[in-house]
Amino acid sequence: MLNHYETVFIVTPVLSEAQMKEAVDKFRKVITDKGGEIVHEENWGLKKLAYPIRKKSTGFYHLFDFKAQGDLIQVLETEYKRDERIIRFQTVKMDKYAVEFSEKRRTKKEETEKIKEE
Amino acid sequence: MNGQTPANQSEIRFLTPPTVEIKKKRYCRFKKNKIKYIDYKDPEFLKKFLNEQGKILPRRVTGTSLKYQKKVATAVKRARHLALLPYVTDMLK
Repeated sequence: MLNHYETVFIVTPVLSEAQMKEAVDKFRKVITDKGGEIVHEENWGLKKLAYPIRKKSTGFYHLFDFKAQGDLIQVLETEYKRDERIIRFQTVKMDKYAVEFSEKRRTKKEETEKIKEE
Repeated sequence: MNGQTPANQSEIRFLTPPTVEIKKKRYCRFKKNKIKYIDYKDPEFLKKFLNEQGKILPRRVTGTSLKYQKKVATAVKRARHLALLPYVTDMLK
């Protein structure tokens, strides 16, 4: 049974744009290769951290909403731990209210984008 | 000498602040507007439940019910872990 998960991770700001994309693609591949299915993806870009992590005060935030088997999370988290470009990560299981909330948020965002285009 | 006494009186008056008990009918804002999920990803909303130092406000101040206070607490702790909210700060607002 596929559960809904939501993972957010922070990439060090030291990287160039290409390296940052490559890191994000690496984790996208980790999820999709092992039978996970990415429902939604968000890139918050460079944000100021509330407190310095590893002597850095900013970081690239990235979010994945995905459906996956339970054991994929163990693989994903060891991957996070090994990769030194990731300074912080968090994976959360989403209950039905969370899933509903993220869908509502996404439709609202799409509407605002549509309005902007018009 | 008497120039001195009114000062004392004013001090006495301040010693016992007027304790008017503001009886505000508290309600759980989550039950009222049917919010079911507290998102740990937007710090602006969570800041309403933190005081200046970034500590979580108790239920008797915010008036939220136990079930949603726990959800707020976990959401705040997750936001702190992701550095969206500080663990301790002096001027949060």
